[in-house]
Amino acid sequence: MQTLLFLILFPILVACLLLFVKQTTLRYAVVALSALSIGGASIYLLIRYAFGGAVYFAASSEVASLAMVAIEMGLALFIIYMGAKFRNYLAIALAVVQAALVVYLEISFPENLHAVNNLFIDQFSIIMALIVGIIGSLIAVYAVRYMETYHHHHPEVRDRQKMFFFVTFAFLAAMFGLVFSNNLMWLFFFWEITTISSFLLIGYSETEEATKNAFRALVMNLLGGVAFVVALIFLAATEPTSGGIELSRVLASPDAAVILIPAVLIGFAGITKAALMPFSSWLLGAMVAPTPVSALLHSSTMVKAGVYILVRFSPVFAGTFAGFSIGLVGAVTFVVASAIAISQSNAKSVLAYSTIANLGLIAACAGVGTYMLVWAAILLIVFHAVAKSLLFLGTGAIEHRLGSRDIEDMEGLIVRMPKMAVMMFIGIAGMFLAPFGMLISKWAAIEAFVQVPFGLVFIAILAYGSAVTVFFWAKWMGKLVAVTRQAERVEKGFLEEPWAPLYIITGLVIAAVLLFPVISSTLIEPYVLAIYGATALLSQANVAIMLLMMALLLILPISFLLFRRSAKHLPVYMGGRPSTPDLHFAGSLGLTREVQTQNYYLTEYFGEARLFRPGAAVCIILILASWVLAGVAL
Amino acid sequence: MAFLKRSPWILHYDASSCNGCDIEVLACLTPLYDVERFGIINTGNPKHADILMITGGINELNRAVVRNLYEQMPEPKVVVAIGACAATGGIFRECYNITGGIDKVIPVDVYVPGCAARPEQIIDGVVTALGILEEKRTKMRGNAQTKEEARHAAGEST
Amino acid sequence: MNGLIGAVLFLILAPVAGGLIAGIDRKITARMQGRVGPPLLQPFYDVGKLFEKENVVVTTAQNFYVLAYLIFIALSGALFFAGGDLLLIVFAFTLAHVFLVLGAYAVHSPYSHIGAERELIQLMAYEPMVILAAVGLYMVTNSFYVADMVATTVPVILYLPGVFLGFVTILTIKLRKSPFDISTSHHAHQEIVKGITTEFSGSTLGQVEIAHWYENVFLLGFLYLFFSWNPVIGIIAVAITYAAEIFVDNVTARARWQAALKSGWLAAGVLGLVNLAILSYMMTGGV
Repeated sequence: MQTLLFLILFPILVACLLLFVKQTTLRYAVVALSALSIGGASIYLLIRYAFGGAVYFAASSEVASLAMVAIEMGLALFIIYMGAKFRNYLAIALAVVQAALVVYLEISFPENLHAVNNLFIDQFSIIMALIVGIIGSLIAVYAVRYMETYHHHHPEVRDRQKMFFFVTFAFLAAMFGLVFSNNLMWLFFFWEITTISSFLLIGYSETEEATKNAFRALVMNLLGGVAFVVALIFLAATEPTSGGIELSRVLASPDAAVILIPAVLIGFAGITKAALMPFSSWLLGAMVAPTPVSALLHSSTMVKAGVYILVRFSPVFAGTFAGFSIGLVGAVTFVVASAIAISQSNAKSVLAYSTIANLGLIAACAGVGTYMLVWAAILLIVFHAVAKSLLFLGTGAIEHRLGSRDIEDMEGLIVRMPKMAVMMFIGIAGMFLAPFGMLISKWAAIEAFVQVPFGLVFIAILAYGSAVTVFFWAKWMGKLVAVTRQAERVEKGFLEEPWAPLYIITGLVIAAVLLFPVISSTLIEPYVLAIYGATALLSQANVAIMLLMMALLLILPISFLLFRRSAKHLPVYMGGRPSTPDLHFAGSLGLTREVQTQNYYLTEYFGEARLFRPGAAVCIILILASWVLAGVAL
Repeated sequence: MAFLKRSPWILHYDASSCNGCDIEVLACLTPLYDVERFGIINTGNPKHADILMITGGINELNRAVVRNLYEQMPEPKVVVAIGACAATGGIFRECYNITGGIDKVIPVDVYVPGCAARPEQIIDGVVTALGILEEKRTKMRGNAQTKEEARHAAGEST
Repeated sequence: MNGLIGAVLFLILAPVAGGLIAGIDRKITARMQGRVGPPLLQPFYDVGKLFEKENVVVTTAQNFYVLAYLIFIALSGALFFAGGDLLLIVFAFTLAHVFLVLGAYAVHSPYSHIGAERELIQLMAYEPMVILAAVGLYMVTNSFYVADMVATTVPVILYLPGVFLGFVTILTIKLRKSPFDISTSHHAHQEIVKGITTEFSGSTLGQVEIAHWYENVFLLGFLYLFFSWNPVIGIIAVAITYAAEIFVDNVTARARWQAALKSGWLAAGVLGLVNLAILSYMMTGGV
């Protein structure tokens, strides 16, 4: 239990410490050291608890619970203050409603708000803790230098780095609290902390756009928060049958119909936090924040909290129409967001849409909730966290060197920034290519959906979605590997971002593939087995084939040595016109003209304007349907 | 094995011809003459081609193009100049902008006479070219071998 | 053990079979056009010649991607004939194609670039139908393993006529035949110079050709799965289907990419999905 408390409290301590650190070098030292201890502690957690079942801890409740309510009220006041300052009355209204509901909950059911065990840990929590502890803290380390460079590039932005790192570490603490809480009141408290943290981080630059997007994120997440409180009130009111606010009792409750309603409401909160359609716009808006924030929101925190809660409740969803309909929200989000990603040329927005799509896929698995799908969902969470953090950090570094985050400007990165290009290549491969993680999960998901009634709908959506996915990732990869001649190498900039976090995460992407049978058998399978009494297994033969493919991919680059000799180099064919290696050719009238290559974006077919509204409309209908179906089931 | 002789891929370029010879070249591909019987394919891409079939007397503007196409073809390669204009400039010889013959710009291996050259003659020209192609291949291989041996010798001596 | 033998046999024999199929294809095509056509072994002469040519590159990286393409195509075909998991094979196949596309991007040439984009569009067009076909085969045979699909005694085609037709539609894309040979095409056809293979020459192009032979044998093997309950009927049906593809190749003009994408997706959505929906209704409905 000490480790759990350490992981929750230590980041808060560090956060407070960072409020007083001004100098970058010192800050770097503090952040790196605490990242090391947080990462170390989460690995210790793995060794200590991975081989047993779920462990519950009583943890003294009274004072902590009171403090949490007090802080919640404080945060509500803060939101009201900010809302008044920036004239966002919707945020005020939601904060007021939410605070009122919390007060109502505290006053009406004081006797039902006690949990026997407030904290717990099981394999799923360990996985989440590892993601937060390792990837989250690596991002924090990266952020120190990045923010220094950021302010160098953006002198107009007020330097609030102390606040920035305070919030970052508070965010990590909240994530740890969230995945360790067995008391849903506590979970809700940490949930709200993540909402506020993301609000503060997105609005960091204080421009009009940043503030607007920060409020959008806030409003959407508050909406989910309100649903969460309503679910808590419902649970407290039906304490004898539903199990009250204790997560383990709720999940074990025999009365499936009663707990379905709070599950759907909490699922709705998960949908808002995981930025599924129609709430995807907050995650896209979050791009205005400095890149480490995006990396944090997309890979290890925030949206992962949303899918965490969905996967937690998926045993409740399993086999219900309400759950099916939540799954469909995810599936529709997957295909629509993937399709829109085709039309985007801004690297960060491609990444954002791909995150939304993958969260949709996880939600689809969680909503339908058979044991194989839960297995696939957790695997997706792991692989997505690793690959996506790498891609975001990479994009950030590239943006600082090239001055652009447009994919078209990344042409020839393999020549200009070879190390970076290789890392981006591995990251992208991690998102969609065969032996890498995401694909294993997609594959498992297809095999699982076949066995579900009406699973065909999901299979169809997956089939189209993954086809579209290949298109937008492969064309980005193509831009990276284009060998442009006479391009300048710009890998060494005037301010060096630390490469170490990038190297480590790249290593993690590859390690995740090589080690995934181990991850699956020690962490995911025991968890699924404990909940469902059955678990998914990849057959040995397939695992062997996958490892073979990975080995081939690692060996193949050696073949470069074969090609070094003897080949004659010729310029590219330009319709017979004499041309230079950098694609200039002799045009008519003696003019030299330049050829530029651009990717296809097919906006006419896959544009945001064309697809977003229908997708969002379908998702809204499906969410409403899930409520109605849960109500009918009662 | 000499596969080259059995699979000559051609690139056809019109260097300001009157199109008479070009029509005859294309006639070779039609069912009547069907040069695919000999494995001959019209590729349209110098990087895939073995034989450059070229018509016309080359004017100022496409002189650079002809040279570029020739350079883009991997060895071994041969050039077949088709028609009177390709050989000497033909009736356009005295024009202000005509170079007067393909061999003024790139080395030519086979000349096919005629105005316009007949398909039978063109096919005959290609067959002649195949012999030259084969010769060049043997020579190229010999060169490569000598080079390799020289490299070995140098490696041993140092 | 059987699996290993299948894989080794595929690796050795598929290029021979693929080359012969290509030779027959060209012969039949010539006859359909009223020509005599090249000798049966012409594809082997072509590839042999390509290996005799000088090694010319735009960038050495292109050789790497093409080699990876060849290896992964051969690997996925070998997995198929070893009786492996069909979905995994489909994904390995996609990986191989992505390598080819990257090779075309790597050379940074306008023509290759257009070819690469179009190849990706093709990939996007056929992928849903391929996955649905795998799922359909699973629904009938209850296994994703090719070994089990081959061993089935059920006449799969009777359950999956729509899926089969859909698969035949996208097979046109995969075999690089008209009307959907938009990224690159066979021998004498030209498309925006030579699409994805524009900058590959000599032995590199030879590798692309060999990979294509592997691929064709694998695809015909996939077709065979629909008829595997009776090997004789199976082989005849595959031959007829291939002949039909040649016929379509000869009577149609090349379509635009929009048409390829729409056809691929419609085939999957209408033929494939409706078929599977009816099938799952029959299965759960207890008919």
